Amino acid sequence: MANTETTERVSDLSGEKYKYGFVTDIEMDRAPKGLSEDTVRFISAKKTEPEWMLEWRLEAYQRWLEMREPKWARVHYPPIDYQNSSYYAAPKSQGERPKNLEDIDPKLLETYKKLGIPLSEQMMLAGVAVDAVFDSVSVATTFKQKLTEAGVIFCPISEAIREHPELVRKYLGSVVPTTDNFFATLNSAVFSDGSFVYVPKGVRCPMELSTYFRINASETGQFERTLIIADEDSYVSYLEGCTAPKRDENQLHAAVVELIALDGAEIKYSTVQNWYPGDEEGKGGIFNFVTKRGDCRGKNSKISWTQVETGSAITWKYPSCILRGDNSVGEFYSIAIANNYQQADTGTKMIHLGRNTRSRIVSKGISAGHAENTYRGLVSVHPRAEGARNHTQCDSLLIGGECGAHTVPYIESRCPSASVEHEATTSKISDEQLFYCLSRGIPQDEAVSLIVNGFCREVLQQLPMEFAVEAQKLVGISLEGSVG
Amino acid sequence: MLEIRDLHVTVDGKEILKGLNLSIPAGEVHAVMGPNGSGKSTLSYTLAGREGYDITSGSILYKGEELAALTPDARAAKGFFLALQYPVEIPGVSTMVFLKTALNAQRRARGEDEVDAVKVLRLVREKAKALNITEDMLRRPLNVGFSGGEKKRLEILQMALFEPSLAVLDETDSGLDIDALRLVAEGVNAMRSPARAMLVITHYQRLLDYIVPTRVHVLRAGQIVTSGGPELAKELEKKGYETITGAAA
Repeated sequence: MANTETTERVSDLSGEKYKYGFVTDIEMDRAPKGLSEDTVRFISAKKTEPEWMLEWRLEAYQRWLEMREPKWARVHYPPIDYQNSSYYAAPKSQGERPKNLEDIDPKLLETYKKLGIPLSEQMMLAGVAVDAVFDSVSVATTFKQKLTEAGVIFCPISEAIREHPELVRKYLGSVVPTTDNFFATLNSAVFSDGSFVYVPKGVRCPMELSTYFRINASETGQFERTLIIADEDSYVSYLEGCTAPKRDENQLHAAVVELIALDGAEIKYSTVQNWYPGDEEGKGGIFNFVTKRGDCRGKNSKISWTQVETGSAITWKYPSCILRGDNSVGEFYSIAIANNYQQADTGTKMIHLGRNTRSRIVSKGISAGHAENTYRGLVSVHPRAEGARNHTQCDSLLIGGECGAHTVPYIESRCPSASVEHEATTSKISDEQLFYCLSRGIPQDEAVSLIVNGFCREVLQQLPMEFAVEAQKLVGISLEGSVG
Repeated sequence: MLEIRDLHVTVDGKEILKGLNLSIPAGEVHAVMGPNGSGKSTLSYTLAGREGYDITSGSILYKGEELAALTPDARAAKGFFLALQYPVEIPGVSTMVFLKTALNAQRRARGEDEVDAVKVLRLVREKAKALNITEDMLRRPLNVGFSGGEKKRLEILQMALFEPSLAVLDETDSGLDIDALRLVAEGVNAMRSPARAMLVITHYQRLLDYIVPTRVHVLRAGQIVTSGGPELAKELEKKGYETITGAAA
């Protein structure tokens, strides 16, 4: 498992706190502002999509018109003007898809370099295949060959729609239907790109798959759509990292991720989300309204979500598992950090439908500054789910006296043989702990980072190693200056 | 090494140290003894720079520099070490990671190169052996579930690792059985050097059988009321604080 024993220097990592706050100057090919049927058609045409896809989108769009934005989360934000945003932006030089890395606009590569994505030879050594999404178009897909040999399909979803329509038609929207919720339905209508993964029967994906999402153009929402299918007895681990440049206005991000695990299959999905959180006064930042759901469709299947959420002005996100297959397992490991005026409302849903299904939830919420951090979770056990078991552990850590931590667990059990356990703690970083670290020469920010990383250890250990180190650093950076 | 002059310290608006004078040259080990409430812990926290311990007048010179101007972490980097009476638990942070983080933070502050994980591990193991600190302890979260003796031994291990110029041991003997006490004392004695000064703060004379001090000072009501050689500690043990300091019970 991941080695989280490294504690890196925080001060090394960024001269300024949000080091990803640069903008790449590239001509963009974008849709006119506003959202209408024409916008949906424009996007579909840009992607040279088949007719069935366009219809699927239009149906979602019609549905969306009748829907209302959900208001139940503990987040407050000014009304979003959906007509004042552009729903498609692609770097112009990418009109022709690059054939290999050499064909890619060097400015794009420079951007990735700043982000620290190893999109070159180093990657070969690291054994990571990256499908990088720059605004709306995937600019580079590496390692395709090696994956192809294993029979794994890993490509932009726009490509999958054209090349593997039978798979996409069968599974797209089968976990998160187009009618699911306001933001997911919006995504269904206007999603521009994202990743597609198919792992065939009995195949253990030979490498970690990774996608870096990045919002670059201003006033564009990013609506990625990710679809991962693990066929019988297969295994795949998928990493998703997110950053966005610093801007004063708020940007909307409404992604949908669907995972499907068939009999005996396992999917591990890890996210490190570092969207721009806004400044110290709460100005700007990403509105992150994301629907992520996994379906343990087959028996003995397993889906594991691990998330480290340090960014975004608003986070509204509940990666969930539908435990349909008998003996299937769902896991949710989460670290959510909210500092300054960030608001996070995040958690999970574990829906036990099959017999002897098991789920485990470990949530670590950290609040600092004036932030509000809510864990919202549902554990639901169907009458048929005999022997279902759940264990939930929700720990909150408060830094300073102006922030809030809230835990909202819903438990619905309709099965007498089910066992559902919920544990929750709330603690503060104590003066004693801080003084102890200081007295040993560890400066304040580093001490906070150390203590918080210790608090999150259980979750950090779930991350693949490269991500765990990155995540530890992020934890430190996002809490800099939160004490004293 | 350490020169305290007419030190007045208040905690929560209450004056605890009332004109304390103490001077410890390099190469010497001094003991400060005193009954409960005499200001022993206030002295050690003030030296370490803990928030809430306000110096209202007087000065603390360490290697000729005014200590009050330095943050606690800066003091540590300059070679000041305090072994705490109650070492703190930090869940989820392995002892080894903590030691490495602290050692490198100090080195960085001094402009020295950081030591990599392998070297730190070797260094720690070497020092841990003498203190009977096991690999398992080093892997466990810092002080979490440690016995009183284990916690104190870990404090001494840190002292050995950081090699401070001035070490203050605050009631390191409290809560120790005789075997642990001997182990800790051996660890401290091994650190004695002409370049290092130590201050042992204790309530009981017992520890001073093992760590024989150059000088003994008696603290009472925020002041050093009497000083002497090692024999003063024995006398205190026999006659009690009241007789020696001449105060009424």
